[in-house]
Amino acid sequence: MKVDIRSERGTAVAVLSGEIDHHNARAVREEIDRYIVAAQPRSLAIDLGKITFMDSSGIGLIMGRSKLMKECGGMLEVRNPQPYIRRVLKLSGIERIVKVT
Amino acid sequence: MEVINSIKFTMPSLSVNESAARAVVSSFLIQTDPTVEELSDIRTAVSEAVTNAVVHAYRGTCGNIELTVKLLRDREIYIRVKDKGCGISDVDKAMEPLYTTAPEEERSGLGFSVMESFMDKLTVRSMPGKGTTVTMRKRLSPNVG
Repeated sequence: MKVDIRSERGTAVAVLSGEIDHHNARAVREEIDRYIVAAQPRSLAIDLGKITFMDSSGIGLIMGRSKLMKECGGMLEVRNPQPYIRRVLKLSGIERIVKVT
Repeated sequence: MEVINSIKFTMPSLSVNESAARAVVSSFLIQTDPTVEELSDIRTAVSEAVTNAVVHAYRGTCGNIELTVKLLRDREIYIRVKDKGCGISDVDKAMEPLYTTAPEEERSGLGFSVMESFMDKLTVRSMPGKGTTVTMRKRLSPNVG
């Protein structure tokens, strides 16, 4: 599991690669949260394009970052989920509160 | 239940074994030549069941999780995830979407919903103090070619 975070015109873009499960979600969460607290971006984009597996631990990760961004006055977007991961997102109903592109 | 092939895998309830459980299931299912979607569905359901056992069954301690995978006739896959942990006092409540007893760990409470949605059949049997057994079945599409 790898996280690369870069800044694009005020948006923090976190590109995740590998598998998101309960075991490695914590490290991802801590890395993203550290960046958000330090950089205070206007918005956060989580790019799932390189994610090869995600279970409901990924939903918890996204919901938690959405809450944090709201608390910071910003917003969250999820980018590039593979079709299979889109099914997990759809099942959770998270697309009602987070923009998925 | 006519069993064509089966495998049993026992692991300590360490979170690192969530991916090991998925790998075991994937390796076993290769013989059935599943579609990408079928394999993803089963891997995800197994990941949810094993994660539930890791997170909830042995809180603060470590115990064993037993994963059984069987290939039945007519391309039906049987999966059982069994622990001897604390058990669930109210299974119906635990199976409600978004219900979780571990919000501090950012658990979404969707584990059983995913298992139910991605598999054909889900059964949860639990007894407080004795443990929990999750059984799932899924029939694979006919193998063409």
